[in-house]
Amino acid sequence: MRRCALGLFVLTCWCIAAGSAAGAPMGDLDEVMNLLAMRRHGRVEFVEQHFLAMLKRPIESSGELRYDAPDHLEKRTLMPRPENLLLDGGALTVERGGHRRVLDLHRYPQIKPFVESIRATLAGDRGALERVYNLEFAGSLPRWSLTLVPLDRELARVVKQVQIDGSRDQLLRVEIRQPDGDRSLMTLRTPAAP
Amino acid sequence: MSLRRAQILAVWIICLALACIIVARARYITDLSAFLPAKPTAAQQLLVDQLRDGPASRLILIGLEGADDGVRARASAAFASRLRGDHKFSSVNNGEQVTAERDREFLFRHRYLLSDRVNAARFSGAGLHAAIEDTIDELASPAGLLLKSLLPTDPTGEMLHIVDQLERTPAPATSNGVWVSPDGARALLVAQTAAGGSDIDAQADAIAAVRTAFAAIPHEPPAGASRPLELKMSGPGVFAVAARAKIERAAVRLSIAGSLLVVTLLFAVYRSLPALALGLMPVVSGALVGIAAVALGFGAVHGITLGFGITLIGESVDYSIYFFVQSRPQSPAAPSSWQQAWWPTVRLGMLTSVCGFASLLPSGFPGLAQLGAYSISGLVAAALVTRHVLPALLPNGFAIRDVAPLGSRVAALLQPLKRLPGSTVAALSVIVAVAALAVLHRHQATLWNRELSALSPVSMEDQDMDARLRSDLGAADVRDLVIVAGPTLDDALAGAERAAQALEPLIDAHAIGGFDSPAAFLPSAGTQAARRDSLPDPSTLRDNLRKATAGLSVDIERLQPFLNDVEAARHAPLITAQDLQGTSLRSGFEALVLHQKDRWNALLPLHPAAAQAIDTARVAAALQAARLPEARALDLKQESDAMYAGYLSEAIRLSLAGALGLIILLSIALRSPLRVVKVLAPLVLAVLTVAAGLALCAVELTILHLVGMLLIVAVGSNYALFFDREAQVHEAGSESLTLASLVIANSSTVMGFGLLSFSQVPVLVALGTTVAPGAFLALLFAAVLSRTGSSAPEPSRA
Repeated sequence: MRRCALGLFVLTCWCIAAGSAAGAPMGDLDEVMNLLAMRRHGRVEFVEQHFLAMLKRPIESSGELRYDAPDHLEKRTLMPRPENLLLDGGALTVERGGHRRVLDLHRYPQIKPFVESIRATLAGDRGALERVYNLEFAGSLPRWSLTLVPLDRELARVVKQVQIDGSRDQLLRVEIRQPDGDRSLMTLRTPAAP
Repeated sequence: MSLRRAQILAVWIICLALACIIVARARYITDLSAFLPAKPTAAQQLLVDQLRDGPASRLILIGLEGADDGVRARASAAFASRLRGDHKFSSVNNGEQVTAERDREFLFRHRYLLSDRVNAARFSGAGLHAAIEDTIDELASPAGLLLKSLLPTDPTGEMLHIVDQLERTPAPATSNGVWVSPDGARALLVAQTAAGGSDIDAQADAIAAVRTAFAAIPHEPPAGASRPLELKMSGPGVFAVAARAKIERAAVRLSIAGSLLVVTLLFAVYRSLPALALGLMPVVSGALVGIAAVALGFGAVHGITLGFGITLIGESVDYSIYFFVQSRPQSPAAPSSWQQAWWPTVRLGMLTSVCGFASLLPSGFPGLAQLGAYSISGLVAAALVTRHVLPALLPNGFAIRDVAPLGSRVAALLQPLKRLPGSTVAALSVIVAVAALAVLHRHQATLWNRELSALSPVSMEDQDMDARLRSDLGAADVRDLVIVAGPTLDDALAGAERAAQALEPLIDAHAIGGFDSPAAFLPSAGTQAARRDSLPDPSTLRDNLRKATAGLSVDIERLQPFLNDVEAARHAPLITAQDLQGTSLRSGFEALVLHQKDRWNALLPLHPAAAQAIDTARVAAALQAARLPEARALDLKQESDAMYAGYLSEAIRLSLAGALGLIILLSIALRSPLRVVKVLAPLVLAVLTVAAGLALCAVELTILHLVGMLLIVAVGSNYALFFDREAQVHEAGSESLTLASLVIANSSTVMGFGLLSFSQVPVLVALGTTVAPGAFLALLFAAVLSRTGSSAPEPSRA
C-alpha cells in the first residue's frame, strides 16, 4: 500500500518534469503552472541514479517518461532491467520481470490526494497541489528551482523533499531526498528526434 | 354397542396419547438438512460440508452507514473491538492493522520456511548473485525506497516475495484506518462465527450479539443534518436465520388465519359448536399421528414438515364435512348407514391421495420424503377417526342443520350444463386439454426452475444488499474451489501444495486468475523441512556469498545479519498451526481449512481470470493429469443447482409413477375403464389448466408446485369419486347432499390455500397458487364431466 502511494508520488514529480520539458520556463510559479496546463503530450528521456549509504556505488537506470492528457502517465525503464509503471485513469499498473500488477485506485481512497495532485498539476491547479505539498519556487529564468515538501506525515517519513531544477526551456534534474540521507537524482533531456 | 363404542374410544385415546408422547419427545431440526440429500454422492458430500460448516457459511458481512466518515471509522473500531472479545466469533476484521506488527514479525522470522523460492540452488554462489542483483535492481524502483532497510538481513528478498504471494487477494479500500466501500459511504467489517453456518440457533445468537454490540457502541450525535448510524448485515447465516423466522412467522400467521376462516365457514354451515369441535377431531388426530410417524420413521422432524404438513392434510377437514353433511338422520344415510353408503367412496378417495403422496416417499430430498410420510399417516389416521371415532362420539340423534337446500341451489346452477350434449362436453374437454398442452409446450424451456435459489425466501432487497457488501469487500461469493482431503492436517496441506503445482499452469493459460491456499500460510512439514535442509551451513554460505557479491555493489560485511539469520533458521523448529496464533494470518488460514470427524480438507478457492467463468472440467482434468485423486474441483453453484434439479426430475418421475399407481388402484376399485377415465379426466384437466395458467403468468414451476399438483389430485379425486358414486347409486336426495358437502369442502380448501398465495414466502405462494385454483377447477370439471350421462369424454391424457 505504501509502496503504491510512493510510486504515485514519484510519478507526480516526473509528470511535472515531462509536462514542462519543452515548455518555456517562467520566473513565476503561476506562469509555469499555466504552461503545464497547456501541455497535451510530453516525452523525455531520463537517467536516474540512486545513492544509497549501504551500496558502494549508485544504482543507475535509464528510460523515458511519457504523458498524454488528461491522465495517462508512463515511466518506462529500459536499462538495466525493463520495468513499466503506468497510471491510466484510475488504475496503476506495474510491469516487471514478466509480472503484471494492476491496482484499482478507487479501492485505495487514501491515495486519492496524490492522484488529485497529479490531475491538479496537469490542470495547472496550484491550489490543489498545495493541499498535498508545500511549494517553494526560487531562482530566475536561466536557473529556476521548484521544491516540493510533502505535507502528509506518513509520506514525509520516506520522502523528505523533491527538488526540480530547470534552466530556460530545459528541465534539468529531479532530486528526491529521503530523511536518512539517501537520495535519487534523475537527469532529463528531450530526445533528439521526435 | 356401547361397549364397542367404549373400546373404539379407548383405542383412539391411547393412540393419541402415544402420539402426543412421541411428538413431545421428538427431535426437531431447523437446519438446512431438509434440503440436502439423504444419500449424497462424493461431490455432493463436499458441497454439503461447505454449505453446513464451510468458512463461507460462517461469514457475517457488516456495513455501517449514515453519520459521517469520522464517526463511522470510530464506530467501526469500537464495534470490532467489542466483537473480538466475544467467543461467538472466531475472527473479526475491519481493516484495522491491529496485528500488522505481529504479522510482519511472524513472516519475517519464518521467511526461509515460508518462501517457496528457498532451495539449494538459490543459496549457491550463482543463485545468491542473481537474487541479490535482483534485490538491488528493485531498490532503484519506487518501491525500493522502502525496501532498503531489509537488504542487510534479507538480501534475497524473501520477505517481499511472501508478502506479494499473500497479497494476491485484493483487500477492500481503507479510509481512516478501517475498511470502507469504494465510494467511502459505508464502513465494512467481516465477522466469522465460531459455529458452523448450519447451526441456525448459533447463527441467530451471533446475529443478536452483533446487534447488541452495535447498540452498545457510542452513537455520537450526528453533526448537522446527517443520518444516524445504521447497521447493515448480510451473509449465509443472516439469510438462514431471516428465512427461518420468515417461514415460521408466515406459517404460523397463515395457519391461524386459515384455521379461523375454515372454522368460521364450518360454523356457518353446522351452526353447532359440538359439531365444530367434532369436525376438527380428524384433522387434529391426523396432524398428531403424522408428526409422530415422521419422528418414528426418520428420527427427527424437519421444520418444513411442521410448517407445511398441516396444509397437506387439509383434505382431512373434508372427511368430517362429508360425514356430517351426508349422515343427516333424515337422509337415506343415517350415521350407521353412512358407513355403508358413503365410506367406501371416502376410503377410495383417501387411498388415491395416499397413492399420490406415496410418490414423495422415495425422494432423495429428505424434506419431501418427510412430507410424504406425514401426509400418508395423517390422512389414514384422519379417515379412520372419521369412520370409527366420529360415529362413536356423535350424541344420539345429533344432526347439523339441513344443508340440502344449498345442494339443490348448486344443482340448479349446474342445470344448464346438464343439458349439454355429451359430445360437446367431450370436445370442450379436449380443447381445454390441447390448449393447456400447447401453452406448456411453448413454455417448455422455462417451465421448470432448476435453480435452488428458486426456493429461497430471501427478498430481492436483501440479496441486493448482500451483493453490494460483497462487491465492496472485494469478496465475491466463492463459487469454484479445489478441495484436498487428507487424514491429517499435514497431509491435506501437502496435498494442497501438490494441487497448487497442478494449478499454476492454468494461471499462465488464463484458465483461472489465481487461487488461495492454506499452504501459503502454513506449508506442510515436509516442505518446510526440505526448505530448512536446503540452507547451507555457515562456512559454505559465507563462501557462496563471497562469490555472489563479487562484482555487486554491496559488501559482504554489510550482509552479516543475513548470515546470522540463515544460521538461526537452520536450527529453528518448523512452524505449526499454533504459531499462527495472535496474527491475522490465523483467520486467513482457518478459513481455508475444514476439519471433520476423521479427515481434514484444505480449500483452495479459485479466482476467475478477468470476468471469465472458470471451467471446472478443465481444472478437474488438470488435477487428474497430475494424479491427485485426493483433490477435487467443485463448482458450488452448479453442484447445488444440479442437486436440486436432480430432486426435481426425480420428483417428476416419482409423481408419474404415482399417477400410474392411481390408475391401477382405480381400475381395481371401479372395475370399469370408463369410470376410471371419468374420475381421472377432471383431475388431469385441472392440473394441466393450472400448470398452463402458471406458465402464462411467467411463473417457473418449482418442486413445491409439483407438491401442489399432487394435492390437486388428492383433493380432487374425492370430488370425482363422489360424482362417480352419484352416477352409480341414484338415491333420492343424495345428489343435493353430495353437492352440498363438496361445495363446503371445496370452499374450505380454496380459502385455506388462497390465503397462502398472499404470503411473502415463495414456497407457500407456490402451494397456494397451485392448489386454490386447482381444487376449484377439479370440482368444476368433475361436476361438468359427470353431467354427461353415459357418453364419456375422451381421455385427454391420463
